[in-house]
Amino acid sequence: MSALNMERGVKAMMEQIDAPIASYFNSCVHCGLCADACLFYTETGDPKYTPIHKVEPLRRVWKQEYTFWGKLMSTLGLSRRVTDADLDAWQELVYDSCTMCGRCSAVCPVGNDIAYMVRKVREGFAVSGHATEGLAEAAIRTVNIGSPMGIKAETLKKMVASEAKASGIEIELDKPGVEYLLMLSSAEIMQFHEFIGAVAKVMDHAGATWTISTEAFEATNTGIQIGSSDIARQLVQRVVDVAEKLGVKTVISPECGHAYIAIRWDGPNLIGRPYGFQVKHIVEVLDEFRAQGRLHFDDSKEDMKLTFHDPCQMVRRGGVVEQPRRLLDLCADNFTEMPDSGVWNWCCGGGGGVSTNERAEPLRLKVFSRKKSQLDSIGVKAMVTTCSNCRNMLEEGLEEYGMDMEVLSLTELLAEHLDDSKASKGAEA
Amino acid sequence: MTDMELLNWARGPALEWATIIFVVGVLVRFLEMSLLGRKPDLSEARASAAGGGWRTVWRRSIPAPGLVKQAPVVIYAGYAFHIGLLIALLFFAPHILLFKDVFGLSWPALPFFVVDAATVIAIVALLVLLVHRLVNPVRRFLSSWVDYLVWAVTFLPLLTGYLAYHRMILPYTEMLAYHMLSVALLLVVFPFTKLMHTFTIFVSRWYNGAVSGRKGVQL
Ligand code: SF4
Ligand code: SF4
Repeated sequence: MSALNMERGVKAMMEQIDAPIASYFNSCVHCGLCADACLFYTETGDPKYTPIHKVEPLRRVWKQEYTFWGKLMSTLGLSRRVTDADLDAWQELVYDSCTMCGRCSAVCPVGNDIAYMVRKVREGFAVSGHATEGLAEAAIRTVNIGSPMGIKAETLKKMVASEAKASGIEIELDKPGVEYLLMLSSAEIMQFHEFIGAVAKVMDHAGATWTISTEAFEATNTGIQIGSSDIARQLVQRVVDVAEKLGVKTVISPECGHAYIAIRWDGPNLIGRPYGFQVKHIVEVLDEFRAQGRLHFDDSKEDMKLTFHDPCQMVRRGGVVEQPRRLLDLCADNFTEMPDSGVWNWCCGGGGGVSTNERAEPLRLKVFSRKKSQLDSIGVKAMVTTCSNCRNMLEEGLEEYGMDMEVLSLTELLAEHLDDSKASKGAEA
Repeated sequence: MTDMELLNWARGPALEWATIIFVVGVLVRFLEMSLLGRKPDLSEARASAAGGGWRTVWRRSIPAPGLVKQAPVVIYAGYAFHIGLLIALLFFAPHILLFKDVFGLSWPALPFFVVDAATVIAIVALLVLLVHRLVNPVRRFLSSWVDYLVWAVTFLPLLTGYLAYHRMILPYTEMLAYHMLSVALLLVVFPFTKLMHTFTIFVSRWYNGAVSGRKGVQL
């Protein structure tokens, strides 16, 4: 059984290996600089967390299957094949100690995109049954129920109703023909549901039409995190089907980095065709409203000293870099950048499925010391971000280190400062 | 075998065979890579992939922010070695004559004292990098015997070239023969090891930069 699984795992890795992967392995000079880029190494000092080492199983498969020399060696019985035990040994490195933040990919002097390699090596792990339990269970819940936290449409409806009541704005579910379809992350339904009310306020203010689907509302994609293109494809397809059925122009990825990557950049490749609609991060949509003059703010700018935490997948891996800064400028007076901000930001420690992996918790909290030192150097009262997973991770990290700081959602902050008397209702641009 | 016979063998058959292995080897490696191909990206690009690719090809030669402080030895010695090596390889008058012979192209040489200094810098930098590889936990952890082999075959041509030019330790002819042989060894080892990065670095940087580029990320 496990031999068969292993074979499938190796096959899955083989299918993932493309010209860039081969070039990356050919290029690596073992300089070790990727270690200095990765918080799991810098905060622990343990060399096993060197990024390129995390994808060693993939390198072995590449070498044995796709190089003349490696093939010769394995035919002669001079090189060892990747075994079950290898993958067991690498599981922690591949899942617990990598958030796919891509900082190493931005630093490697020969240009290796190591996060891309980690994403691919996980395919082999997932297929051969070497994914971590937490992620595997979350993936099953997402496929069967529709969300990794097992949230059902009923729960969504309740939350939306209560947010509609609180904000005094009607939120119509499953409405065809609107411009925007808002997706949500589980965390935004369960913990941070004020986000829904905030979006309702902004949409109403800007005079935009929008809806939430009860059929496909979950934005996060466990398939991407666990490394299963099959699951990832199913999840993307659900969203695409609903978006095309409702005939929306734009699907909005909520405040969640991985969700954004999954639906914006990976999605079309997973389903094998371009979409008939656009995908934007909520921050992109807000920034467009700003540019179109559809947002009006009251005079009560936030004067608390605050900073912005860049979600890796939205910023470094997603390309939404300046938008949050422009928006913060509109509603905050005392905004300070962290050192290494923007594309050079350090991960919260919980991306890439690490937050779903209970076993990884102590390590994740340990490496939060990187965020702590970034924050210590600027002394702010609050940290704004645009990813609900980051938000959770940041809150846990701050608590662990006894730091007194607020973590805010940019959308919510913005909504609070809108001037309702100047709303451009119905004035759709 | 006299020194002269050794030299003639080294710069004759030895280098010729080594060059054949080098050229065929590198071509095979590139063929292996390109046969793997890459799926087209169907997502809607925000900016030009090629633009990002070319940008990263040159931009990645500059260390990331904060990196010099984190890894000063690798960065400084890395630069010193590569620049020293390039000067010694490309701007030493006898090397230029050889290139002219083989490729029909030539360019002005640098004064001997410059080439000499560059060689010393490259040699010292390589020694520093070797010690660092042995002592630093990350580098040591990443290294296998191949890394040390590659270090040695890179070091030997520099060392023997320097010694031959200065007529040190061995008679000139004999040392020159060893120089040629060490180059032959380097050429033979090249296609099978990370020395391939000399060429693939451009491919890797391009691919990486292209992915960022189409997302509109400037890295
Ligand atoms: S930084 Fe790049 S070249 Fe250096 S060890 Fe890491 S992957 Fe290899
Ligand atoms: S992607 Fe991020 S977490 Fe993963 S190895 Fe690279 S730097 Fe470390």
